[in-house]
Amino acid sequence: MTVKRSKWKGWGFIGPGFLWTIAFFVVPLLIMAAYSLFQRVGGRIVTDLSWSNYVAFFSKSHHLNALINSLEVTLITTIISIVLAYPLAYILAFRIPPRWQRMALMMAILPFWTSYVVRSYSWLLVLSSNGIISNIIQWLGVVDHPISLANSRTATVIGFVHFFTMLLTLTIFANLVQISPNYRKAAADLGASWWQIFWRITLPLSIPGVMVGAFLTIVLALGDYITPQILGGFREVLLPQAIMLQIQRQADFPAAAAMSLVLMVVISIIFLLFSRWLKIERM
Amino acid sequence: MLKHFLQTTLKNIPAAVYVALVYFFIFLPVGVLLLFSFQDSLLPIPPFQGPSLRWYQAIFTDFRIMQALGNSLMVGVVSAALSCFLGFLAAYGLARYPVRGSGAIQWLLVAPLSVSYLIIGMGLLITFKTMAIPKSLSAVIIGHVVINLPLAFAIIYSQMGEQHANLERAARDLGAAEWQVLVLITLPLLWPALMASFFLSFTLSWDEFIIALLVSRFDVTLPVEIWSLLRSGLNPKTNAIGSMVFIVSILLVIITEMAVFGRRKSK
Amino acid sequence: MSQMVDIKRISKSFGKTIALSEIDLTIEEGQFFALVGPSGSGKTTLLNILGGFVEPSAGRVFIAGQDVSSQPPARRPTTSMFQDYALFPHMSVGANVGFGLLMRKIPRAQRVSRVAAALEMVGLSGMSARRIHQLSGGQQQRVALARALVVEPKVLLLDEPLGALDLNLRRQMQQELLHIQKQVGTTFVHVTHDQEEAMSIADVITVMNNGHIEDVGPPARVYMKPRTLFTATFMGESNIFKGTVAARSDDSMAVDTAFGRLKVTGAAELGARVNLSIRPEQIIAADGEIQGQVPLGVLQVEEVSFFGTHHRCLGRHVKSNLPMIIRLPQHQAVGIGQDLNLSVQREDVVLLTQ
Repeated sequence: MTVKRSKWKGWGFIGPGFLWTIAFFVVPLLIMAAYSLFQRVGGRIVTDLSWSNYVAFFSKSHHLNALINSLEVTLITTIISIVLAYPLAYILAFRIPPRWQRMALMMAILPFWTSYVVRSYSWLLVLSSNGIISNIIQWLGVVDHPISLANSRTATVIGFVHFFTMLLTLTIFANLVQISPNYRKAAADLGASWWQIFWRITLPLSIPGVMVGAFLTIVLALGDYITPQILGGFREVLLPQAIMLQIQRQADFPAAAAMSLVLMVVISIIFLLFSRWLKIERM
Repeated sequence: MLKHFLQTTLKNIPAAVYVALVYFFIFLPVGVLLLFSFQDSLLPIPPFQGPSLRWYQAIFTDFRIMQALGNSLMVGVVSAALSCFLGFLAAYGLARYPVRGSGAIQWLLVAPLSVSYLIIGMGLLITFKTMAIPKSLSAVIIGHVVINLPLAFAIIYSQMGEQHANLERAARDLGAAEWQVLVLITLPLLWPALMASFFLSFTLSWDEFIIALLVSRFDVTLPVEIWSLLRSGLNPKTNAIGSMVFIVSILLVIITEMAVFGRRKSK
Repeated sequence: MSQMVDIKRISKSFGKTIALSEIDLTIEEGQFFALVGPSGSGKTTLLNILGGFVEPSAGRVFIAGQDVSSQPPARRPTTSMFQDYALFPHMSVGANVGFGLLMRKIPRAQRVSRVAAALEMVGLSGMSARRIHQLSGGQQQRVALARALVVEPKVLLLDEPLGALDLNLRRQMQQELLHIQKQVGTTFVHVTHDQEEAMSIADVITVMNNGHIEDVGPPARVYMKPRTLFTATFMGESNIFKGTVAARSDDSMAVDTAFGRLKVTGAAELGARVNLSIRPEQIIAADGEIQGQVPLGVLQVEEVSFFGTHHRCLGRHVKSNLPMIIRLPQHQAVGIGQDLNLSVQREDVVLLTQ
């Protein structure tokens, strides 16, 4: 870059993308923040600023429960997904011959390529009262009437775990294979068994990667509307569903805006926690 | 010898069983989906009757579905192209010109990645409502550019490093004008990054649901249309659509694999 | 001195590529043994076979009398020093060095004291609590050495350990490695592509090329009397020329060459075409009267470079047009186009077997 280059020309290039982001990302967030301070009274938007939407959120139990449910479901999902994905990623990274690794990995994440909506829906074919599982246990004679596993927290968790196990397998695998094989060679050379190599070398070195995957999982799961709506229904309402209900049934945009901002703040807090943890780990 | 054999097999059997179980879990819903897309009766549930292609036929003759498909393609291509274009411009400006506050600008451009799609969609919904902008596919395109521009920017920017700048310098040194450097050196070198950004943006836009749901009304994208179908109960058409999308994606992946692998082998 | 390592007819192929063919080698206890050769010569493969990281396609390996051919690295009485050190980044220096002891279930108190002793031996006393990323390249290398030695292996395998260091540091570490080896008495097997490094610290050098052994012996012998053509040109520079065997007696022969009839030690068939070698620094070049035993004729100087300790001259043997390399002492300046009278001591003309 020569000194002659003008920064105005630079702005000429950056301008369009920058303005787009401001206009369609920053401004909407600001407008939403403003809306969250308005109220919906008798079918009209009243623009007196007040915190009433937030107060309502934290005092109305069914709204607060939505947040708590979201956090619980997300936590359960994350833990189960990590427990399922890590061994799979480990086996793919270290037990499958290199020639077959890519193929095996591709197969493990193939269902990623179904549409997310259809993927969630397809669990209904398995879990609902006239789905595969119900038919099989009826056929086996275990029960004598249709059993539905859908419309429950269990179904939502299954739907989530299905998706995030694939995601985490991918991220943990990518992390495991970039750990230099020489560390494991050196440990073996010094007398370590495969378990000791895993426990003392591979696992500690892979924790940062697992944490990044966990963070991704938490953020995506907290904000997801599709899976809980399809598989959990209205039996248990999670935060994204509560937000959508505000818009679709009540048309209460101020309340919805406030709830969205609460969601955003929760995600930001989690982000900050993870950043701090990762920074400490780097030390 | 026996000990060695036992050790390797014993290590391998639990592993193989585990992998099989997990793969079964992963493929269960998709397998069921594919199976029942060939269902012959009106209900997309057991018992299995068929096989029959009637539902595949049904989706190709369903006007709304085909239109939604076309809309998804259009939105995908346009938003991906816009994202790549804006992302490239921004990356070029930041990487090649001395702009003050470059760190803050980068942070802003990448910020949308950290916000849930639901929230971005909500923001756009409220904004468009306030400005009395009607819901439409154009609004969906706008939303998709918001979520894909950061990715395109990040991917392209990461490829515009020192090495790249040296090549541009060499071209300038040999007498090339600015626009020639751009067209003959910069863009060709960035080709893989541009392709990757486009492909990734298209894929994300294609499958994106919540923003599309919130800011579109009559003309919808495929995921939203599928959602509408589902609202009225289990529908065998959705099995067919889902299976179609899945099969097409698999084919694309296989073709890409072969193209990449084929080239490698011939080297 | 007893045999520590016995390599019997080791071969290794990777698919169609033959990395090692029928290697036979013995290493004595307490020796500093170097494997030298260009890339692809098989030296690293051989080292990996010794360490148990690669299985040979054929042949057996004995260490301290035991057949270790099928043993994994964890079981063998060897430890390795890797090229990139492979220090565990998430552990402290002390934890790294003590790792092998931990694997051997040595109790904590003993571990701590042995780690301290090992660190002192490599000159890093008191650094037990440091983290790996805080260390310089040279320091990391010492930690790797301490980690490998603290478990008291029978053989220490070193895979081009000094490659990443700059010249001065490398020279320093070479001397320290030698010093530590003599102090501990462990057999060292050191792989390097740098023949100067090999010569300066090893007791015995093995020159390898294309999967087989070219020459084995003490550095002085390998350098002064190389056995093969490859050895002569790989270990330093050589003037190689051909000759025909004219006459032979018990231990010496007369060979007709471009320099006339030369007497060399060795055995070959009468009338055979052989390769001979003379090292550039062994050729004595003078303006006037010759000073060596055997006259070699006149050289016309074509290029001169100053190397600090000597001048390196390229020239042409006037009578036979043979290109030659000679070295002149620091003070003997010489100009292009100058004629020099060459001579050499009789024992410096070496017969090569290939």
